[in-house]
Amino acid sequence: MHTRKQIIEIKALTKIFSLKDKEVRALENIDLSIEEGAVFGIIGMSGAGKSTLVRCINYIERPTGGTIIVDGKDLSRLNESQLRDVRRSMGMIFQQFNLLMQRTAEENITFPLEISGMKKREARQRARELLETVGLSDKAAAYPAQLSGGQKQRVAIARALATNPKVLLCDEATSALDPATTKSILELLRDINKRLGITIVIITHEMSVIEQICTHVAIIDESGIAETGTVAEVFSHPKTAAAQRLVFPDGKRIGQYLGKRLCRIVFEGSSSFDPVISRMILECRAQVNIMFADMKDIDGKAFGQLVLQLPQDDEVSDRIIRYLKTQNLSVEEVR
Amino acid sequence: MWDGSTVAMIAKSLLETLYMTVLSTSLAYVLGLPLGVLLVISEKNGILPLPKLNKLLNLVVNVVRSVPFLILLIAVIPFTRFVIGTTIGSTATVVPLVIGAAPFIARLVESSIKEVDKGVIEAAISMGCSPFQIICKVMIPEAVPSLIVGAAIATTTILGYSAMAGIVGGGGLGDTAIRYGYYRYQKDIMVVTVALLVVVVQVVQEAGMKIARRQDKRK
Repeated sequence: MHTRKQIIEIKALTKIFSLKDKEVRALENIDLSIEEGAVFGIIGMSGAGKSTLVRCINYIERPTGGTIIVDGKDLSRLNESQLRDVRRSMGMIFQQFNLLMQRTAEENITFPLEISGMKKREARQRARELLETVGLSDKAAAYPAQLSGGQKQRVAIARALATNPKVLLCDEATSALDPATTKSILELLRDINKRLGITIVIITHEMSVIEQICTHVAIIDESGIAETGTVAEVFSHPKTAAAQRLVFPDGKRIGQYLGKRLCRIVFEGSSSFDPVISRMILECRAQVNIMFADMKDIDGKAFGQLVLQLPQDDEVSDRIIRYLKTQNLSVEEVR
Repeated sequence: MWDGSTVAMIAKSLLETLYMTVLSTSLAYVLGLPLGVLLVISEKNGILPLPKLNKLLNLVVNVVRSVPFLILLIAVIPFTRFVIGTTIGSTATVVPLVIGAAPFIARLVESSIKEVDKGVIEAAISMGCSPFQIICKVMIPEAVPSLIVGAAIATTTILGYSAMAGIVGGGGLGDTAIRYGYYRYQKDIMVVTVALLVVVVQVVQEAGMKIARRQDKRK
């Protein structure tokens, strides 16, 4: 894994917007490496600066400081025309799809090909193939206004893939879609990543999107990267408060049980099948209350999580935690 | 008095009016379309920010637009003589019409192009489009329905301006209305010319709206 080439390297990236009366620090000192073939999620609250971050990766937004290296090229050293070549090697999709409304689905897909100077007939041929890839062969002649949200995003994905990019940037690509459509779009993205080996960068505010398709995640909080790692790592051992907020089932609920001790357990892979809690109750002879439990499929592995309310007695609680820690589980107290 | 020569005269004026309107509108678009595009792209947040040029263009457009057409018509007489060689007749009227209409068209074009979704332009940039490609392949094609509506407004406005040219002997229906209807008190000719102007405006406006609707793929 670690010998893989870094396709995107972000070093000390800073972006400051100068408004009339004040400066807005959208991004501060961001360091991030994205390896080739990854599905890299960047998650954060709205206003955390994640959309600005993804726009800096293809230099739609010029950074105030720091460097962006894409496929070995330092973008700050390129002139406008070289920059356009780099942009053609990166596809981008958007929350609002941003299709050309006066062009049919097929003409939308041929658009980037026309821009790069491909012959019309070849471009049409390629568009047909791509429409098939995204499952919309019958919609070639439809205008965007005649398509549903999910279909529009499929056309946008096909358009982004037209020039055989190495990287696909997704800016809140599923945020305007319903859950079922979101799932099918994410499956399509995963399929594209697996089959074509395209590195995908996903900006989102939804943890479920990260869980469903990402291999790696960076959590962006207050203009900086709070935490980064593989999704499995961050999910089972969230280190920072920002990460815990996202990983913990419904962060608000923590507050309701203030004063009592809660503990979150994450089961990985095989331990999902062990009756851990039953054994813990027998072993420690203590009662616990299960506040929350669910199973998640993260990057192809099964993860279970449980939130237990521990007994009032601190000694018993400590014993429970000690016991659980011996069981190959990741255990953390969440107050 | 409605003999063949009167009818022929009115028919000739109608043709002159159409000639002036079509020629002036076309030439005014040759100037106004690029000017309107330039007004949009040179803005501070445009795709080719040139704030100083933008300020200058805005100033020029506003100055020309604030001169009443009747005054402009007379003020540019020396220039008209220089370009056309005469200051009377339909062709001579085209000069002030183009000068007067171009800034107005620039504003119409500007507002049509500003209607194009910013996100679509951002998508085009992300695909590696040059500013020129964005103008020709995104801004103008995406604004087509609105540009056509604007063209209908421009044409009918220029038609109205062209009637004013009658004051300085510019030919066309306006000229006829003034000479026969006003100076000679021939009310019937006045009525007929006005009715014809109304009909032409109606036809242009309706046709414009119809074409715009057909070109609009947004619904």
